[in-house]
Amino acid sequence: MTHKRTNQRIAFWTLRLLGLLVVAILLWILGFIVYHGIGVINWEFLTTAPTDGMTGGGIFPAIVGTCCLIVGSMIVAFPLGVMSAIYTTEYAGNGKIVRFIRIMTNNLGSIPSIIFGLFGMSLFVNALGFGDSIIAGSFTLGLLALPLVIRTTEEALKAVPDSYRTGSLALGASKLQTIWKVVLPSAFPNISTGLILAIGRVSGETAPILFTAAAYFLPKLPSSIYDQVMALPYHLYVIATSGTDLEATRPIAYGTALVLIVIVLAMNLLASLLRRHFGKKVKTN
Amino acid sequence: MIEAKNIDFYYGDFHALKNISMRMETNTVTAFIGPSGCGKSTFLRLFNRMNDLIPATRLTGECLIDGRNIYDRSVNVDELRKNVGMVFQKPNPFPKSIFENVAYGLRVNGVRDKRFIREKVEESLIGAALWDEVKDKLKKSAYELSGGQQQRLCIARALAVSPSVLLMDEPASALDPISTSKIEELIHSLKERYTIVIVTHNMQQAARVSDKTGFFMLGELIEFNDTKKIFLNPDKIETQNYITGRFG
Repeated sequence: MTHKRTNQRIAFWTLRLLGLLVVAILLWILGFIVYHGIGVINWEFLTTAPTDGMTGGGIFPAIVGTCCLIVGSMIVAFPLGVMSAIYTTEYAGNGKIVRFIRIMTNNLGSIPSIIFGLFGMSLFVNALGFGDSIIAGSFTLGLLALPLVIRTTEEALKAVPDSYRTGSLALGASKLQTIWKVVLPSAFPNISTGLILAIGRVSGETAPILFTAAAYFLPKLPSSIYDQVMALPYHLYVIATSGTDLEATRPIAYGTALVLIVIVLAMNLLASLLRRHFGKKVKTN
Repeated sequence: MIEAKNIDFYYGDFHALKNISMRMETNTVTAFIGPSGCGKSTFLRLFNRMNDLIPATRLTGECLIDGRNIYDRSVNVDELRKNVGMVFQKPNPFPKSIFENVAYGLRVNGVRDKRFIREKVEESLIGAALWDEVKDKLKKSAYELSGGQQQRLCIARALAVSPSVLLMDEPASALDPISTSKIEELIHSLKERYTIVIVTHNMQQAARVSDKTGFFMLGELIEFNDTKKIFLNPDKIETQNYITGRFG
């Protein structure tokens, strides 16, 4: 018996330690970035452009650029993703076409992001002639985010009880009215969670914007969607690998990483807060 | 008046309703009783075409409401469902306010006049015997109401679009005895203005609320007659066995 119990205890502690190890690694990375990056973070760093061949100044254009790309990619991915999810869950039934669309959506989600970058370059930058620009980068990032938006929206729609739908139809509402006035409002909290997760995803991507939107150095802010922009992940890559003075700019690189990671974590935190908030609401129903 | 003529209904290969014909007079309450899976709910859902939502079903025969075949191609299903309201087994209010639940049917049917909507909501809630309990909290979520109140809210919601027929699919089976008796009283008062068809598992309930009762078994209408006759002196042995609890 004691032998059995000892084994049990060993297994338990091994699993617990492995679980804690994951947390430790995350905290280590975060701590490392914060430790090295916090020193350069100040108001000036966040609100001015890089100076002196990117060895001084701030990262303001990169923050603005990343925000532009986030907004642009969501304008592309959100309506398209939500509408295709409405089609697959509300209209299309469960036939072969829908299964095919689902499989393809999953496949789209597992394509490496650099492939999206190459595809975006050949289609949006070259074939459609957008050039390296916010719009080309937004479309590319939008495509990348699309599977995530579709999946979360589908899950959100499936979570809406069928009794809402039948109740609405039984009152003489059309299917479209039912979706628009009952199903979507009920699903909205979960859909918005998906949107925020998608934002977190695209804001950290480097490869898709490498050939489609990101500029090495641009002291001024974009004036139209056809302008190139600086972006946080790419800026980080640049000053960490191909700056003019790598050693001197190390703190700036960590500072940039810190800003980026704070944005992504804030998005994820917001998503889980939203989910918890509305989750509670649903339970009290 | 509702009339079913030689109805056969299939779920895929399953023959769910077998050659059913019956007539339900205006301003009466008709109850359908029978063991689970006998087809009574399926039959009920024919009259507001809710079965249309289920794929791979097939119907032959005629369903007439006020002389018109509701499965005719010229029939607008949304209009039909406005005229033939339905209350479901489990209360299913929308996740909206009490007021908006009742106003919903009006809004989707294109009513914009705010005063009219307000009056109609009040009238419907009075009609569903819920007004006094909710008049001070119309803006509160419908889910703050008790189960029985929610079910009366669903009845009010159905009344708001001025139907002539009310279909009730085991409307009290998820409710406690007090709420159940309230719903039954309500059915009595609604009879004056609506033709009511109610499916129930509860035979006492059928006996209490209905004028006529139909007994279904294995997709067939075994017997259809005055409720008194069905419960006191049924013609068929199957009916006798069922109401005396020998099976079912």
